[in-house]
Amino acid sequence: MSDKKREDYVNQPLSIYIHIPFCERKCNYCDFLSAPAGQEKQEQYVKALLGEIEYWGRRFENVPVKSVFFGGGTPSILKPELFVSLLCKLKEAFQGIVTCENATDEIIQKQMLPDKSESRRNDLKSSQKQTEISMELNPGTVTEEKLLAYKQAGINRLSIGLQSADNKELKLLGRIHTYEQFLETYHMARSCGFDNINIDLISGLPGQKVSDWKEILKKVLALKPEHISAYSLIIEEGTPFFDTYNGKEELLVDEETDREMYALTKTMLKEAGYNRYEISNYSKAGKECVHNIVYWQRGNYIGLGLGSSSMVDNVRFQNRTEFESYVNYWCEKCGNKKVDFPEVCQEIQPLTTEEQMEEFMFLGLRMMEGVSVAEFETLFEKSIFDVYGKLLETFESQKLLTVSDRIALTDKGIDVSNGVFAEFLLS
Amino acid sequence: MAGIDQSKIRNFCIVAHIDHGKSTLADRIIEKTGLLTSREMQAQVLDNMELERERGITIKAQTVRIVYRAQDGEEYIFNLIDTPGHVDFNYEVSRSLAACDGAILVVDAAQGIEAQTLANVYLALDHDLDVFPVINKIDLPSAEPERVKEEIEDVIGIEAHDAPLISAKNGIGIEDVLEQIVKKIPAPAGDKEAPLQALIFDSIYDSYKGVIIFCRVKEGTVKKGTPILMMATGAKAEVVEVGYFGAGQFIECEELSAGMVGYITASIKNVKDTAVGDTVTNAKEPCKEPLPGYKKVQSMVYCGMYPADGAKYPDLRDALEKLQLNDASLNYEPETSIALGFGFRCGFLGLLHLEIIQERLEREYNLDLVTTAPGVIYKVYKTNGEVIELTNPSNLPDPAEIDYMEEPIVSAEIMVTSEFIGAIMELCQERRGNYLGMEYMEEKRALLRYELPLNEIIYDFFDALKSRSRGYASFDYELKGYERSELVKLDMLINKEEVDALSFIVHKDSAYDRGRRMCEKLKEEIPRHLFEIPIQAAVGGKVIARETVKAMRKDVLAKCYGGDITRKKKLLEKQKEGKKRMRQVGNVEIPQQAFMSVLKLDDK
Repeated sequence: MSDKKREDYVNQPLSIYIHIPFCERKCNYCDFLSAPAGQEKQEQYVKALLGEIEYWGRRFENVPVKSVFFGGGTPSILKPELFVSLLCKLKEAFQGIVTCENATDEIIQKQMLPDKSESRRNDLKSSQKQTEISMELNPGTVTEEKLLAYKQAGINRLSIGLQSADNKELKLLGRIHTYEQFLETYHMARSCGFDNINIDLISGLPGQKVSDWKEILKKVLALKPEHISAYSLIIEEGTPFFDTYNGKEELLVDEETDREMYALTKTMLKEAGYNRYEISNYSKAGKECVHNIVYWQRGNYIGLGLGSSSMVDNVRFQNRTEFESYVNYWCEKCGNKKVDFPEVCQEIQPLTTEEQMEEFMFLGLRMMEGVSVAEFETLFEKSIFDVYGKLLETFESQKLLTVSDRIALTDKGIDVSNGVFAEFLLS
Repeated sequence: MAGIDQSKIRNFCIVAHIDHGKSTLADRIIEKTGLLTSREMQAQVLDNMELERERGITIKAQTVRIVYRAQDGEEYIFNLIDTPGHVDFNYEVSRSLAACDGAILVVDAAQGIEAQTLANVYLALDHDLDVFPVINKIDLPSAEPERVKEEIEDVIGIEAHDAPLISAKNGIGIEDVLEQIVKKIPAPAGDKEAPLQALIFDSIYDSYKGVIIFCRVKEGTVKKGTPILMMATGAKAEVVEVGYFGAGQFIECEELSAGMVGYITASIKNVKDTAVGDTVTNAKEPCKEPLPGYKKVQSMVYCGMYPADGAKYPDLRDALEKLQLNDASLNYEPETSIALGFGFRCGFLGLLHLEIIQERLEREYNLDLVTTAPGVIYKVYKTNGEVIELTNPSNLPDPAEIDYMEEPIVSAEIMVTSEFIGAIMELCQERRGNYLGMEYMEEKRALLRYELPLNEIIYDFFDALKSRSRGYASFDYELKGYERSELVKLDMLINKEEVDALSFIVHKDSAYDRGRRMCEKLKEEIPRHLFEIPIQAAVGGKVIARETVKAMRKDVLAKCYGGDITRKKKLLEKQKEGKKRMRQVGNVEIPQQAFMSVLKLDDK
């Protein structure tokens, strides 16, 4: 990337993902890059992350940061001091992280803008909301002490992996916790002052009935979380579920039932005041997940940690997935590197205009508000109808899309969205 | 290597019913002999050096020259010319037989004579070949060699008392076969000094050497520099190389003379110049008249062949042209389909022939093909007196213009053990067969004679025959002629649109049943779309059967978390790639194999 190009994105807001590839045990459906690991390994890894944070901080020092997301694995498995050290380093390296409304205000004054003028600071404050800083956590991995430390360090959103409110199902999934343990964690988080909590759920588990799912939703709604992610189960290759269920579709929930569950989710959550803003995501007003929206709207983001993906100014790249080489690189060799892409990045892929259009469509359409006709034209200097006119017409006539100023999936379109998205690929 | 003694040459083939062990015996014969005479051993070493420098050419033709040191102490040269064993290839068999002086008849010691045993033996006798029998698989517990010997003598009428009792699989009795080849197969006749007269029995195209002619020299001699004339096509050329067939190699030699089997190259570029069955002679000193060629065979089964990728049309044309060189029974002409684009209507000897050509096009020429339902040639008599030979159902004139139609009829012989006679008669009845008679070959086996419409046997008759007789029935047929018949065109409509490539001609009594089964089959083949797809069968605009492909209910990647968009896109690409392998008709994507569905309408 040339310097000139760098300036193009230097003031665009950024999102940061940080991957914690550790968990207590691997769940039966999980195909994420994650595994159990000892304390020493975790410490090594955090040390490497600190190096990586420092490197990227130098490149995006004053860029406003929209969101930070700690995902995994189970980020909450880390010892609190390790986790807090990551957050401190982040805030130090990225001055665009805004956590100015509460106890962390002190940190901002001390660390974030020591040599910047008061007006600049106020600009930042007024032009940008507080940075959303989320972390995933698993019931049974946190204590009150941990939660307070997270809160203190700036975490302002929690995403709790519940997956099911039925203990038999939790066991089937290979989760390490019971529903009761989850409740304890949830209430603890509330009492620690977390006011933005997501609960992850999976529908369509083997043997699940629509009535079972309804019960689960009822239980969860009673807790009034701000956000609910509800996916239907996907059997991923390389998981115990794949070995058990591949080729035995009769053991899984059939399509009709699965769709019924989806429809039920939509209705029940709507009644309870949740807005579906993406295929599987529901929230109270203003509580949408900023971080995930960045992915779907193709904002700039960097992924730190093992195997994480980034997109900066329409270049996609990914960190290597071998633990040793990742850790060695950032622990020992990072120094004062001035290279555009650290050697641990792989598959550096500048997107062509066509690829950008494709992504604009298949990511943007995941959002219920869909994509903007005007925005397409601004971005690509071409009318969306010149590129996709015939396709849009077909899908509109099949009632899979609605087309006006914005183009969006219908309910029927959501059900078969893969087939719709695939057609937006241009090559 | 000049001066091969004509009396030490044996040109022969092996004929058998399918699975009686023909190929295994051929392998054993090659194993037990050598590729070279001791005199040639020296030369071979040098030749090899040269061959190494050239490109190693592998030949498909299963013709091989081997050397056998017989018990009389002499070395004999065997030219073993392979023949196809299937009923479709009577023509192929006959062109191979024309290059031979004798034939080994292999009969399974347990199964005895089968329909194709008879067909092939009669073909060999028609070509005046000396035939001796070999009883194979004598080590099977159910082997009854004495009974089979008797059967051969009774049914075929050839001497069988001293037939070698062998197991090709286990190498038992092979020596005996080799000795009998020497003793019972005559040495070739022919005068080395006479004007050249050689029969083309096969040929292949090689991009370095041009056309390679496989021939049997009947009279005279041919060598490098001989000016040759193809008597039927009139093409002339000068011989560049002559040689014989090693195992998978062409081995150059000095000359081919009367009685020998080998190959000729003459930098012939135009594949049409060397028709199989033509006679090669010396252009300066031609023979008086050509050898009797093969009867010009007529294709019996037609289908449309289309490149899956429309841009490969010229490649398909070139490939067909080259295959036709090897296989005069293949013919083709360009046609266009609304559903499939540009392609060819191709004619074949039968369904197996069709499958073989299809496979060769795909394997050897790397083409991805879409093949339409095979059909036969119908004669359409129009009210204006015109007669059309219809090979493509789409070209059927408007019913108002048709006076009547005729379809080809075959006379079939089916050999079956008595317990299955009922089942087989029922099958023939279903296929509109006309019973001619039955005779018992022996106590437990009978030969059924039927007249059957060809279009009833080209699809799955053979499979049905096997499944209803637990594999015991065997079958042979030949074209008898044309008969008037009540035929209709069955059209398939997918999402209300007629798909020309799926139409076929069928007897009006079978239309409903076929239509229903086609709908069922297409329902299985066509993947669910985002919308419901009606599949209908219609005759003359009237729908006679219907199925529905239900709309896809769920195809959603529920979870699109994390920034790894590349991986998500790959999933979408895979999905789109799958669609590319389909043919779009209107809004519907039809998988390529669906066009062959009609072949798989399994017997219930």
